[in-house]
Amino acid sequence: MSDHESTYVPKTAIERWMDTRLPIIRFGMDYANLPTPRNLNYWWTFGGILALCLMTQIITGIVLAMHYTPNTALAFASVERIMRDVNGGWLIRYVHANGASMFFIAVYLHMLRGLYYGSYKAPREMIWIVGCLIFFLMIATAFLGYVLPWGQMSFWGAEVITNLIGAIPVVGEPILIWLRGGPAIDNATLNRFFSLHYLLPFVIAGCVVLHLWALHAAGQNNPVGILIPKDRQKKDMLPFHPYFTVKDGFAIILFLILFAVFVFYQPNALGHADNYIPANPLQTPAHIVPEWYMLPFYAILRAIPDKFGGVVAMFGAIGVLFVLPWLDTSKVRSMRYRPTMRTCFIIFLFVCFGLGWCGGQLPDAPVVPGMPSFNLFDGQLNSYLWLTRLLTAYYFIFFLVLMPFLGLREKPLPVPATISEPVLPVTEQKG
Amino acid sequence: MISNEKKTVSFRKILVSLTAAVGLVAIAAPAMAAGGAKHPREGNFSFEGPFGTYDQGQLQRGYKVYKEVCASCHGMDLMHFRNLGDKHGPFWNPKYPNPNDNPVVKALAKEAQVPDIDSETGEALMRDATTADKFPNPYPNATAAAAANGGAMPPDLSVMAKARHDGANYIYSLLSGYVTPPAGLKMTSAQHYNPYMAGDLTPFWEGKGHVPPGGFIAMPAPLRAGQVTYDDGTEATVDQMAKDVAAFIAWTSEPKATERKQMGFGVIIFLLLFAGITYASYRRIWKGVAH
Repeated sequence: MSDHESTYVPKTAIERWMDTRLPIIRFGMDYANLPTPRNLNYWWTFGGILALCLMTQIITGIVLAMHYTPNTALAFASVERIMRDVNGGWLIRYVHANGASMFFIAVYLHMLRGLYYGSYKAPREMIWIVGCLIFFLMIATAFLGYVLPWGQMSFWGAEVITNLIGAIPVVGEPILIWLRGGPAIDNATLNRFFSLHYLLPFVIAGCVVLHLWALHAAGQNNPVGILIPKDRQKKDMLPFHPYFTVKDGFAIILFLILFAVFVFYQPNALGHADNYIPANPLQTPAHIVPEWYMLPFYAILRAIPDKFGGVVAMFGAIGVLFVLPWLDTSKVRSMRYRPTMRTCFIIFLFVCFGLGWCGGQLPDAPVVPGMPSFNLFDGQLNSYLWLTRLLTAYYFIFFLVLMPFLGLREKPLPVPATISEPVLPVTEQKG
Repeated sequence: MISNEKKTVSFRKILVSLTAAVGLVAIAAPAMAAGGAKHPREGNFSFEGPFGTYDQGQLQRGYKVYKEVCASCHGMDLMHFRNLGDKHGPFWNPKYPNPNDNPVVKALAKEAQVPDIDSETGEALMRDATTADKFPNPYPNATAAAAANGGAMPPDLSVMAKARHDGANYIYSLLSGYVTPPAGLKMTSAQHYNPYMAGDLTPFWEGKGHVPPGGFIAMPAPLRAGQVTYDDGTEATVDQMAKDVAAFIAWTSEPKATERKQMGFGVIIFLLLFAGITYASYRRIWKGVAH
């Protein structure tokens, strides 16, 4: 917390010497002793898991870059050479490729936790906004990285996504050419994508520092969602170490087991088989789909009949997250005490999964095969197109209508006065 | 106050029923995920599952089918002769940890001719391949490959089992699945019908009933019974050859699969033990701390 005072006392001569010159040990000790709400549940462990994901991606990525060749004629074979002839190369590459998916699993759970417990609300708006920025940078980095193996999905994914920029009126076309380094996706595109893919993770790391700084200033939220009064600090807080290092550590190991199952037993299950076909600009794949973690946004893009409108909706779906702290009017943070909002949140979860599912389907395909239907405007009502539109509508209604409206209208359940009230026996609560 | 609460409850009811409706759609949706091609048959390969490993005899037979049948049209540019002697590979011999010393591999390489230049004069020449050389490609370039095959370039087979969904089963089914095209299917002489090939035959279907599954493939049925003489005496049926070459391509696609699975077993056992110890220390540290 901001009013958390440093309790570190340098004991040895070298510590005292350092403490007046570069108080880095004090900084570390203060973080280790950070008073942390004792009621944090396992949904709070994804921050640590995400730090691990970022480090894993950076370390494996640096090694991969030592062996990878960013050239359209050589990239595909150089990735396969890593898998075949570089010592442990298959492991490094599969950890990196699956690591991206694991990173997104963790970040989505981390964001949903923030959403459910109202962690974006005052005084934590900056933690949330920097977090949204990190999420946006992650999407950009993942997209750039997916292009590098120069398979069919790499190439055609890059084609579809860069084309979106071209949908911007007037300036779209020149920006598109500037971004691609030419009129079409080619060697220049691959080179700059490689350069940017190497750059952005370090920008993310910088944002993570800001994210943690903001967290240190505003303090952690907790499942009850109340700010802990000053006089309850001793009773309701525990030092981060060892209580939460061991809890985070346990969660990290469980997460690593999931990670290992994918890396060692299903290394290609989360990718698309077409990306093992070398890129061919003359042959469009039957069905261009992005990686699973972008499917909900891809679905929103396709839901809008107008191309530029689709781009606006897709970026809007991420952009709306940035202003969430001001869209939610509720005085109560945690949805534990907001039953109506909680129901809306559960529907929102289904909608996100539904959008992801729709993003992987052909828009014209029927949702229920064989069911008679009719044409509504530009498509059959019984099609993924219309299901996507329904789900997209809810996605935006959730943030733009339900968040402001329910906050003013709903009657929340009574919120405990302290976080220990629900957990501590009554006798211990006084103090 | 009371009426307000009632309204909220009814609003919740609507929301709950909406949730149920969305949930039902989500359950119903996967039912339609049907493609145009027939679902591949099960090859029941030895390398399936978390403990499956490649059958070395099958890999050797598969290599023979590849070399004598497939390699006349398909390249395998990511494969070197030395790979044949790699650990878990078709000619791996623990006596030769360096596959370049393996006499079988050396002999197999020597059978092939590869283009090179004379190191003194720089003139083009052909020489015997060494273990360090790649499998020779039947065509000098992609254009020549397409020209020799009616415009359809035979794809490189190095990672084919990873480049198709359910790779090994797909290759096995495709190669052994050629059937007489159903009457009513409009096709040219350069096309061949295969029920396992991806595609949509609706525009070419003039017969009665459902559009047949599968698609057109430029490659004619490549395997005939007895086409290859197996060194181990196995009978060379089409089914056998298709299965063996599918296994071989599965290996060339994922040569490190066995090593990967073995390491994974150790890693997961370690992580489970580590998780147990960490959980025990978690319980100990949090003992008596209400949370």
